[in-house]
Amino acid sequence: MATSTATKNSAKPVKRQENDTVTVRFCGDSGDGMQLAGTQFTNSSSIFGNDVATLPDFPAEIRAPAGSLPGVSGFQINFSKFDIHTPGDRVDTLVAMNPAALKMNYKDVVDGGIILVNEDAFTKTNLQKAGMDVNPLDDGTLRDYRVHKLPMGKLTTEAASDFGLNTKGVNRCKNFFALGVVCWLYERPLKPIEEWIGKKMGKTPAVADANTAALRAGWNYCDTIELFPQAYRVAKAKIAPGKYRKITGNEATAMGLATGARRAGKKLFLGSYPITPASTILETLASMPQMGVKTFQAEDEIAAICSAIGAAFGGACAVTSTSGPGIALKGEAMGLAVMTELPLVIVNVQRGGPSTGLPTKTEQSDYLQAMWGRNGECPMPIIAASTPANCFDMAVEAMRIAVQYMTPVILLTDGYLANGSEPWRIPQSKDLPQFPVKHAVSNNGEAFMPYKRDERGSRPWAIPGEKGLEHRIGGLEKQSVTGNVNYDPDNHQAMVNERAAKVANVAESIPDLKVEGNPEADLLIVGWGSTYGAITTAVERANSGGKKVAHAHLRYLNPMPKNTGEVIKRFKKVIVPEMNMGQLIIKLRSDFLVDAKGLNKVQGKPFLVSEIEEAIESALK
Amino acid sequence: MPVEPLKPADFASDQEVRWCPGCGDYAILAQVKKTLPALGIARENIVFVSGIGCSSRFPYYMNTYGFHSIHGRAMAVASGLKMARPELQVWVVTGDGDGLSIGGNHLLHAIRRNVDMTVLLFNNRIYGLTKGQYSPTSEVGKRTKTSPKGAIDFPLHPISVAIGAEASFVARTLDIDLKHMGYVLERAAAHKGTSFVEIYQNCNIFNDGAFSYATDKNTKEDTRLILEHGKPLIFGKDRNKGIRLNCTDPEIVDLGEGVSEDDLLFHDEKAAEPSLAYLLSRMHHPEFPEPFGVYRAVERPCYEYVLDEFCKSSDPPASAEDAEIDALLNSGDTWVVD
Ligand SMILES: Cc1ncc(C[n+]2csc(CCOP(=O)(O)OP(=O)(O)O)c2C)c(N)n1
Ligand code: SF4
Ligand SMILES: [Mg+2]
Repeated sequence: MATSTATKNSAKPVKRQENDTVTVRFCGDSGDGMQLAGTQFTNSSSIFGNDVATLPDFPAEIRAPAGSLPGVSGFQINFSKFDIHTPGDRVDTLVAMNPAALKMNYKDVVDGGIILVNEDAFTKTNLQKAGMDVNPLDDGTLRDYRVHKLPMGKLTTEAASDFGLNTKGVNRCKNFFALGVVCWLYERPLKPIEEWIGKKMGKTPAVADANTAALRAGWNYCDTIELFPQAYRVAKAKIAPGKYRKITGNEATAMGLATGARRAGKKLFLGSYPITPASTILETLASMPQMGVKTFQAEDEIAAICSAIGAAFGGACAVTSTSGPGIALKGEAMGLAVMTELPLVIVNVQRGGPSTGLPTKTEQSDYLQAMWGRNGECPMPIIAASTPANCFDMAVEAMRIAVQYMTPVILLTDGYLANGSEPWRIPQSKDLPQFPVKHAVSNNGEAFMPYKRDERGSRPWAIPGEKGLEHRIGGLEKQSVTGNVNYDPDNHQAMVNERAAKVANVAESIPDLKVEGNPEADLLIVGWGSTYGAITTAVERANSGGKKVAHAHLRYLNPMPKNTGEVIKRFKKVIVPEMNMGQLIIKLRSDFLVDAKGLNKVQGKPFLVSEIEEAIESALK
Repeated sequence: MPVEPLKPADFASDQEVRWCPGCGDYAILAQVKKTLPALGIARENIVFVSGIGCSSRFPYYMNTYGFHSIHGRAMAVASGLKMARPELQVWVVTGDGDGLSIGGNHLLHAIRRNVDMTVLLFNNRIYGLTKGQYSPTSEVGKRTKTSPKGAIDFPLHPISVAIGAEASFVARTLDIDLKHMGYVLERAAAHKGTSFVEIYQNCNIFNDGAFSYATDKNTKEDTRLILEHGKPLIFGKDRNKGIRLNCTDPEIVDLGEGVSEDDLLFHDEKAAEPSLAYLLSRMHHPEFPEPFGVYRAVERPCYEYVLDEFCKSSDPPASAEDAEIDALLNSGDTWVVD
């Protein structure tokens, strides 16, 4: 293997300008390995010590025609010497591996920003596939940017062809060449990337060596030919001491569920059916048999939730995970879980809808469905994660509420959180909440009352195997206390009230709504879910620019924290940004009679910070 | 731990049974209660799971654990229960509509996974609970409220469906023949894997006499063929008729007249390939006597036991510190910030 000290000393001293925050986007054809390049750049940056936030953006069709516009895949990363909360609005450096990728992405680059293109891919056919008659590299389209044309195909071939791979195999290494170039530009350490290559590709040394060589060639190329007159540096962020890892929202959700079950003193059962962007929760939990986690890939979403309900009846901490179309199918069974009052966590990784909608794009449009999208009076606790790492805490919370209140709980995340990542200070088990389950035990032959409630309003969890507690449950209305089937009008009223009261009681166990930003402000931004990062950044900027803005972020959507009304009514103006056409705002307006204004967007993309800044600006005018 | 001997009455719950008087479901309930004590399984370790339909009321009448779920989904609920608690004995009660119409998908997949449970499909060829619409097992031409000119859809045959879904145990019995039902239930309960039992059940309100050919004293010997493993297929009042294979088709032959028992098809419930079992499942009244008993009983790994082997782990500790959680959270690439 070639030796290199690339990360240590460059051939000539390079002038490096200090930047606070930089956004880089890798884009290319879905076969170009851009997700991989992006993830490795992220790893290197987090290990270097920056704060990072990422946004992968991949096409819905895995096999869209090569070189076509729908086949473009991108990965954006924002890294900084400060605390950051979003993957960045505009791009400082864009890597475009083909004409289609350039066409789809160059408009997001800041004026004067850097565009690196793989010149070899700008052939007549590829230009045609991207619907371009003239080569944008030649016609002045990119005059506002600093464009660097690199023959990446050719350079990769030169660097990586000595290891015995065929032409196709060699060509596949060009994402690592591009990565090497960007690493040089921002002085990212190559070591973590090389270690990763060793670990993941070590089994086929030719592949590992070729990719390593391509990576180093990219770095060395910049060094040797002085490609960039100017290079950059982003100093380490001041980060709280501790042990860190990078985590995506879905990884965090999966780990939170597995952890939550153990904190309940139980085993986890997941019934699920693959669906974008939720599948990786199933995949991640499927790899945890050593935790006692049982996963079941069911024949459809209905079977998935019903198997989880069966497992809950058997005494497992049960979960089902899906996205919008799957939630639609689960509706009836969610009602069964409400009626039978069994603990169950339902994870909805929201995506653009309705119907199949935008499978790979993000949206927050299932909140009202979670609130009211079932037959009958069918209340359920609903909670929502605000950042990728927060998915862990909220998954543990979902499990806690489910077992303590004997109820199904909906955990809302979304595609942006699911695939986005951030550094996560790894918590220690001893600091995590514990909520051990106590199953009902028989009491000297006394008749068992499966619907007799405790002070929380929750019923006993008696599981098969316990002698003397044999009982029957089901979806028909129950008689209060005895649990026998009962159609009496007064009983039904009473049971509807009891179920609602139990869910309302969850408010007793959740933290107050916090006000961030300037609590003395006249303007409050109320958000929920994944808009947290963009709102936080916009509010920080506004406050440091001399404006006064407050921010409250709801993680508990049903019931809401007890002080929610009091917080919201304190402000003269309330803006509610949502990636839907106005859902939480309906609830806020009806519950608290506030004249809140919506800021709504359904483009499959998260809010830009600037969009929220503009809303703040015009509200304060 | 030895279990005190239970009596059928010990399995009766305190709920009043609410099927129509004369409904075939009563006989099945009685026979199940009679069969259970012999299995020697404690009541608390038995669970009855059902969907929705008259038949699916069954769990309420059993003094075991029970789950009356939603229409069509009993197989999925029961599968999840078995995966979480492989040691339980699980019974599923479903109807022809519940199991083959709305729940057809789940039935196929639970059977294919061979989850160890006993499935009783009460086939009355009608939707009973919703008051008499045709079902997926109703015959072509069946006149009901929703098929006033006669049903157009071609019916499913539950045994054929189960065999097609790779069932490891398939049997048929009928409500009024308690002895035969008892034998089939015992065999089904003893089998490791999904035991699929079709029970011909009379709905005397909406489809009375659907199986009278098989229950009527005068005709039943000629319309039923009782399967016995290793024995030739013989039927008839005088046991003088048999089933012979003519190329790939079954045919009825008279014994004597140059045909001996050795010329007949012999029943082999343990055959590795289900082809002959399927062939039997295609024998329908009135062209053929309909086979009753165990069509197929073969061994195959059960999903939940294999899964359970994969997922052995230490139990969560009572203490706040949990090494398993710490190992999980610290897996993958980590770095330290001082
Ligand atoms: C989702 C749903 N759709 C429809 C129904 C109405 N429904 C209840 S039972 C039933 C058919 C039952 O027929 P079968 O399974 O043959 O049971 P039987 O009553 O004949 O025993 C129907 C259509 C329901 N309960 N749920
Ligand atoms: S309607 Fe038919 S199946 Fe239902 S209880 Fe009455 S007789 Fe039995
Ligand atoms: Mg029926």
